[in-house]
Amino acid sequence: MADVAHVDDHHDVHESTGIENRKLGMWAFLSSEFLFFGALISNYLLFKGRDFGAGTVYPRELYDIPFTSISSFVLLMSSLTMVLAHHALATGDQNGTRTWLLATGMLGSVFIGGQVFEFTEFVLEGMTISSNPAASAFFMLTGFHGAHVFIGILMLLSLYGISRRQGGLTEAQGLNVELVGLYWHFVDIIWIVIFTIVYLIP
Amino acid sequence: MATTTAAPARTIFRRPASTTGFWSWITTADHKKIGIMYGYTAFIFFILGGLEALILRIQLAQPNGTFLSAAEYNAMFTMHGTTMIFLFVMPVSAAFFNYLLPLMIGARDVAFPRMNAVSFWIFLFGGVFLYTSFIFGTSGAPEGGNLAEEVSRLGAAPNGGWFGYAPNSGTRFSTGTVMDYWAIGLQILGLASLISSVNFIVTVFNMRAKGMTLLRMPVFVWMTTVVAFLLLFSLPIIAVALFMITFDRTLGTLFFDAAAGGDPILWQHFFWLFGHPEVYILILPAMGIVSEILPTFSRKPLFGYPAVVFAGAAIGFMGFGVWAHHMFASGVTPITQAAFGLSTMAIAVPTGIKIFNWIGTIWKGRITLNTPMLFAIGFVAMFVIGGLSGVTHSIVPADWQQTDTYYIVAHFQYVLFGGSIFGLFAGLYYWFPKLTGRMYNEATGKLHFWIWMLGFNLTFAPMHWLGLNGMVRRTWVYDEGLGLDSWNMAVTVGAFIIAIGLLVFMGNWIWSKRRGPIAPMDPWDARTLEWTIPSPTPEYNFGVDPKVSALDDFWHRKYSEDDEGRPVRRPEADQLVAELEDVGLHPPAPIHLPNPSYYPFLVGLAFPILGYGVIYNDKAFGIPLMLLGVLVLVGSAIGWGVEPLEEGHDDHSDHDDDGEEG
Amino acid sequence: MQRGVQRTKRSTWWRLASVVVLALALAACSNGGALDSLDPRGPIAEDIDGLFKLTLYIAIAIFVVVQGALLVAVVAFRDREGRAEPKQVHGNAKLEVVWTVIPVIILASIAVPTIERVFKYTDCSPDAVTIDVIGHQWWFEYHYADEGIVTANTLVIPTNTEICLNMTSEDVLHNYWIPKLNGKRYLVPGQDTTLLLEASEPGEYWGHCAEFCGLSHAKMRARAVAMDAADYQTWLDEQRLDAVEPEVGTLEAQGKDLFLAGQCVACHNINGVNELDVATGAGELLGNGIGPDLTHFASRSAFAGAVLELDEPGALEAWLADPPEIKPGSFMPNLGLTAGEIDALAAYLRSLD
Repeated sequence: MADVAHVDDHHDVHESTGIENRKLGMWAFLSSEFLFFGALISNYLLFKGRDFGAGTVYPRELYDIPFTSISSFVLLMSSLTMVLAHHALATGDQNGTRTWLLATGMLGSVFIGGQVFEFTEFVLEGMTISSNPAASAFFMLTGFHGAHVFIGILMLLSLYGISRRQGGLTEAQGLNVELVGLYWHFVDIIWIVIFTIVYLIP
Repeated sequence: MATTTAAPARTIFRRPASTTGFWSWITTADHKKIGIMYGYTAFIFFILGGLEALILRIQLAQPNGTFLSAAEYNAMFTMHGTTMIFLFVMPVSAAFFNYLLPLMIGARDVAFPRMNAVSFWIFLFGGVFLYTSFIFGTSGAPEGGNLAEEVSRLGAAPNGGWFGYAPNSGTRFSTGTVMDYWAIGLQILGLASLISSVNFIVTVFNMRAKGMTLLRMPVFVWMTTVVAFLLLFSLPIIAVALFMITFDRTLGTLFFDAAAGGDPILWQHFFWLFGHPEVYILILPAMGIVSEILPTFSRKPLFGYPAVVFAGAAIGFMGFGVWAHHMFASGVTPITQAAFGLSTMAIAVPTGIKIFNWIGTIWKGRITLNTPMLFAIGFVAMFVIGGLSGVTHSIVPADWQQTDTYYIVAHFQYVLFGGSIFGLFAGLYYWFPKLTGRMYNEATGKLHFWIWMLGFNLTFAPMHWLGLNGMVRRTWVYDEGLGLDSWNMAVTVGAFIIAIGLLVFMGNWIWSKRRGPIAPMDPWDARTLEWTIPSPTPEYNFGVDPKVSALDDFWHRKYSEDDEGRPVRRPEADQLVAELEDVGLHPPAPIHLPNPSYYPFLVGLAFPILGYGVIYNDKAFGIPLMLLGVLVLVGSAIGWGVEPLEEGHDDHSDHDDDGEEG
Repeated sequence: MQRGVQRTKRSTWWRLASVVVLALALAACSNGGALDSLDPRGPIAEDIDGLFKLTLYIAIAIFVVVQGALLVAVVAFRDREGRAEPKQVHGNAKLEVVWTVIPVIILASIAVPTIERVFKYTDCSPDAVTIDVIGHQWWFEYHYADEGIVTANTLVIPTNTEICLNMTSEDVLHNYWIPKLNGKRYLVPGQDTTLLLEASEPGEYWGHCAEFCGLSHAKMRARAVAMDAADYQTWLDEQRLDAVEPEVGTLEAQGKDLFLAGQCVACHNINGVNELDVATGAGELLGNGIGPDLTHFASRSAFAGAVLELDEPGALEAWLADPPEIKPGSFMPNLGLTAGEIDALAAYLRSLD
């Protein structure tokens, strides 16, 4: 029973996962990132319902749902363009890959622009990170998400730049497109969760 | 012969070429060199943490001690705890993972060699950053409080305890910059561990030798894997908590400010949601080491291998569900207390399974009581005591009495010193021949063990009584007449005995490394793959990629069993060992190894620069530093990106992948 | 055969003896000191002590068995000349089940009384005496809201009565612990926590803030003074009175003038003298200025966070001369008082019984 240590020459399989090292590493890293955002979201949920008295501006009073819905839609569309970039690469269409990479980066930038606008509005309406813990938690959560999108844009644009300079991506660099894609979809999914939990659920 | 020379490529720096000397260490991507650097760095921090402990014990040797001021005492115990956990036990475990993991699974290196170097450099610079608070940090009385005189002769260091409870760690109560050093230092160290955990997970899942199924992996590899997952899932939580406290201190967020509606208990939930898995991060590597040593020196396989593996995984999993047992007195609801009391009792079950299986392993064995075996058995004996006192904490009302007293200190020292550190030293002796190619001195090693057994128990056993007799934790002085005096003196004497033992160890190490007898390939008649290669390990590890067909494969190639199930050395065993050594020294085909690189070092260097920038976030100094940090980081990332991992060949096996993202 | 039986018998005896020795050693661990948690003096602490000792005896038994097994293995199976190679046993399913199930049964049996007590000692009964406790760096303040009394450092309680401490903190976390009366509970800023106490006999019970609370954590202590019902009533009646008025022309009167003229009144209150605004309505916790209320200072056996004894000659004078020297970080600064001023203030404070 507990005896698994018999010499067993018949069962000689190589059990590596068959997934590329870097891809597996990205999956592991993203699973860690899930907990990172999980902690940030719990932190916001903990504070969002609390009463900090009058005279302070609560995040929930300021949400502009139509505006954020549009920027969320933009980010969602960027996942589509990311898939198209990957698909173009898989079919050997280097020009298409470049176009869609750039489009993804642009859509991401629009989202970031929306976030900058939103933050500015909130500060003008009197809510800063020092207004109350709920406001602190809101800015921290959405700020870290924005930073992730920003890093994603940097990676997309580097791939675009490399492809421009070389006139296409090599097979090894193609894996990078897949990895950035994984990261980008992850950031998108996190945003869907944030948008639902933070903005939509009262 | 080992590496092929590099053709010059377009990079910022010319590719480093030296394979020996100073620059070879700075630029290495070899898991063994990185492991050795981890080990020595951690050992230096161990000495620092030990000195801090001795200073603490001088202060507490007598009632109302005057050796230290309150400020100095608080800095010393905070740095002692922080150092021993984050700068000694974790990195020395990382040293074992680095050095041994590829050897035990039959790989040439880890999955991402340069990322591995990055982990080390970030760890080193993070640790140094933390310690520079002694030079640059400032501390003082809480806002509105008064100090009689300038109180710290040692320089200011973090002073909020290793778990930095809010709101004491906030700006109002912890004035000056020391807690910024603490929070940012731990953040940097956490990043290093996160990167290495990803690396180890991919290595274990993807780079095992042919035939090494998951249930043929040595227990040490299993425990490494569990630890890597614990790190992967617990570090993001402490990262968030540390960001929160850093933002509270530097940006004016209000997470832990009770006056503004913040929640100090939230810090405890986040901290211990990381902190309890962390406890298992500290102990599981030692459990893995002991699970390798006991079978070797009992000449029996590990009793109940699947049970030990499963119990290790169960401990790791359940470790995420017991955190609130650190908070039984914090006013959490009785339902929470009951639930976490139960889960804490439950985690004792897999722990017990491991202990019984270890005893089952040595039972009716043929036991060689050499130094590693003594330390391994000492580990089991001391860990049992720590485990049992741990069960008394799960009796929630009893914990109301015990928590925050020396009883708790006694418990975790039995688990962390008697457990982790005894286990890690068992490993240091056990793998010394493989590491250095020489044998350590057995008599001195045994002397070290017995000095430590004496010193350890003299130091930490009386802490049980001290705690139950009312000595609270982290107390700078205690009054006479409370019945605490003589035990405290005993504890101090014990601490110095431990220090003597450590000197014996260092003497043995230094002497044996130079003058010890030359070690054979397989000095212990051992069971796992690292003993199938020459001592010291060649740069390329294995002359040919190993193939495995059983758990303890090497043993089964050396021994068959007779009708009674007793091992009989195969007639061809000696020849096998000789052949393995020969092939290990003279690989039949050229082997490509990851080239060295400057960039991991530079990436590591960027983080303390960023850290100082965040602490001194002013226009004159802080902001330029932050920009410099970003510049170094981005610059080295670009340099890294355009530098291929290996040059001069176009081999495409999955063992040679470049690790770029992350 | 005969010899074998004898041997088992002897080893059983040996085992039993070692358990007894360990139990005795444990009893010796109780040092009867003022903070000794193994010397309970009230029903709650006694109950906890019983539960702890039960667990401890089980733990000692397991300790003896496991360490004994280790010792036997090391001695009996040590490699000697001519010792045969061991059988390669890989495991034993039955044994694995046994040593999984037995701990489960043991743990389950202590889990039941544990959980029962968690709930039993969480909520106060309605007829408990409620006292509000506020933690400060580095002293405890007590409000008897129903009685309109504010005091500090020594907590006066009636014996054989359930005391319900309703606690919070002004600044950082503190942890209230009177080892002989119950375990600990945190004082958390912005939150309320509850701790039950009960003393069986009149007497002084020492305590300590157990949570690290900054520079002078070591100097934050507590003291509970238990009195029988009659004494307690007398104490309450006295505490409600305003402070004693010193006779004109005495040193005490000089001290009072200094108290009023100096910086003392910025933080301290003496009822009938300066009347810092103290509201104690409806169990509400309001901080009494910054420092301890001094109205009945001399009725307390200890001061300065229950670190200094009032009857210790020179202690009060030393404190007034330089508080941060005694208590690093102290919120009471060195006021630069002359020796004469210190004598006058000390005399006045000692008269406030």
